[in-house]
Amino acid sequence: MTVLQNDDLASLEAGLDALETSDVARTPGWRRVLSAAWPPAVALGLLLLVWELVYRAEVQPAYALPSPADVGLVLLEQLRDGTLVEAIGTSVERGGLAFVVAVAVGTPLGLLVGRVRAVRRGIGPLLSGLQSLPSIAWVPAAIIFFGLGEAAIYAVVLLGAVPSIANGMVSGIDQVPPLFLRVGRVLGARGLASARHVLLPAVLPAYLGGLRQGWAFSWRSLMAAELIVRSPELGVGLGQLLDQGRLLSDMSLVFAGILGILVVGIAVELCVFAPLERRVLRRRGLLGTS
Amino acid sequence: MTLHALETRPTTGTAAVRLAGVSKRFGNGPTVLDDVSLTVRPGEFVCLLGASGCGKSTLLNLVAGLDAPSAGTVELPEGRAALMFQEAALLPWLTAAQNVELALRLRGIGKRERRARAAELLELVRLRDAGGKRVHELSGGMRQRVAMARALAQETGVLLMDEPFAALDAITRDVLHEELVRLRASQRLTVLFVTHNVREAVRLGDRVILLSSRPGRIAREYAVDIPQPRRIESPDVAKLSVAITEDLRAEIRRHGGQS
Repeated sequence: MTVLQNDDLASLEAGLDALETSDVARTPGWRRVLSAAWPPAVALGLLLLVWELVYRAEVQPAYALPSPADVGLVLLEQLRDGTLVEAIGTSVERGGLAFVVAVAVGTPLGLLVGRVRAVRRGIGPLLSGLQSLPSIAWVPAAIIFFGLGEAAIYAVVLLGAVPSIANGMVSGIDQVPPLFLRVGRVLGARGLASARHVLLPAVLPAYLGGLRQGWAFSWRSLMAAELIVRSPELGVGLGQLLDQGRLLSDMSLVFAGILGILVVGIAVELCVFAPLERRVLRRRGLLGTS
Repeated sequence: MTLHALETRPTTGTAAVRLAGVSKRFGNGPTVLDDVSLTVRPGEFVCLLGASGCGKSTLLNLVAGLDAPSAGTVELPEGRAALMFQEAALLPWLTAAQNVELALRLRGIGKRERRARAAELLELVRLRDAGGKRVHELSGGMRQRVAMARALAQETGVLLMDEPFAALDAITRDVLHEELVRLRASQRLTVLFVTHNVREAVRLGDRVILLSSRPGRIAREYAVDIPQPRRIESPDVAKLSVAITEDLRAEIRRHGGQS
């Protein structure tokens, strides 16, 4: 009877390992950026072209539909005198602060709803219901309760963002493969150790999804609140800038404000959430290596 | 290379795992295990063999302490047992080495020692260079070897294996059989190995225990008197496998012939 010697087994295993794994070369960063950048650039160019054509066709008078160039000029002017930058700064500061508070409230709330059955039965349905409630519906209530001030704005934003973040956590907890929890128990993880080493890392991708949605809700709710909650003491955010444009019937200003809102939304998505999510998914092999 | 704690563990003694009159039923469901008594001696390799519904996995869960028996007692005089699943069940957010380190960390071992021991254990399963790899970068066989290293990191002395090679291709499985036999000898492990593959049971075990199904009871026992190392293709292994397969089929036929 032939039997493998120890060294033979080692070399056999090494051979099998080499056959069954492959190293995939990753494309360099700048090429990925370049290949990701041109399709949206072309789309944007086409959009501007269509806009210009509609403007030239004079479908609407120029005060109702300014040309791209007019809007560009207003945008430049607003940028130069600092109005737009200041509005963006004010709004981002409000949105960021509200988001941080929403994370601090929504995360433990989600853990509680996800892990404690009585709590889930009690407020789980309410929490998912709140997610589908347009947060602008809270504005009148917030104004009556808090008056026309920052507090009303923050209340509306929090009511929009907290349910999203908590629900992300809850659905993450529901999706944790039971096998991971069993492995944790076999390895001797109990209570807090199990939460820290197994549950929370397993929940991370869904939680990140919740954060992303929570930010989107924060930003949307903030704009809704800023459009309505205006007073001389309050700083001018993007929403207030939009409303100024409406009062002055200055469509270019309105467009500039909308662009500002869009740019912030896209920038946060591209610079914060997309890289974070990509990193988490790639580590777990849940992302194609392209 | 051997691990410190394993060297000092006494290999004498009467039992590493002792089940006495163990029965299990879930809620008001049917009895899954019925009056199973089984003693695994320290250093022994016992294979549990049976068709579907024989309660093999339930039995391992009881020994692992993941579940409690409805009647009877489960004793592990040397402490706890490590459990390996059919899937490697590595945590995908950790590297291979970090998976092994987690087992050490949960035993309260300090950071520096953890790192060194994990490297030692990966070397033991011949994955020295794969420590930094993510789970998805490893092949199925490599994952099971990391899982093996992780189980060894628990230093329980008793290793429970729940069809650990069932999802692997035949070539890899054959190599891992060899690896397991080698590790078991060098680390003086007690192994309780569940499988539905008769040849695998004979290839690996000192003793093969055939379980009947619904409810799971011990039907027969076979001592495997073939010296290790064995080959799965060898005539001796084949001969005993044929005999056991006959008995297994007889057990299965009983279920079809009742109506």
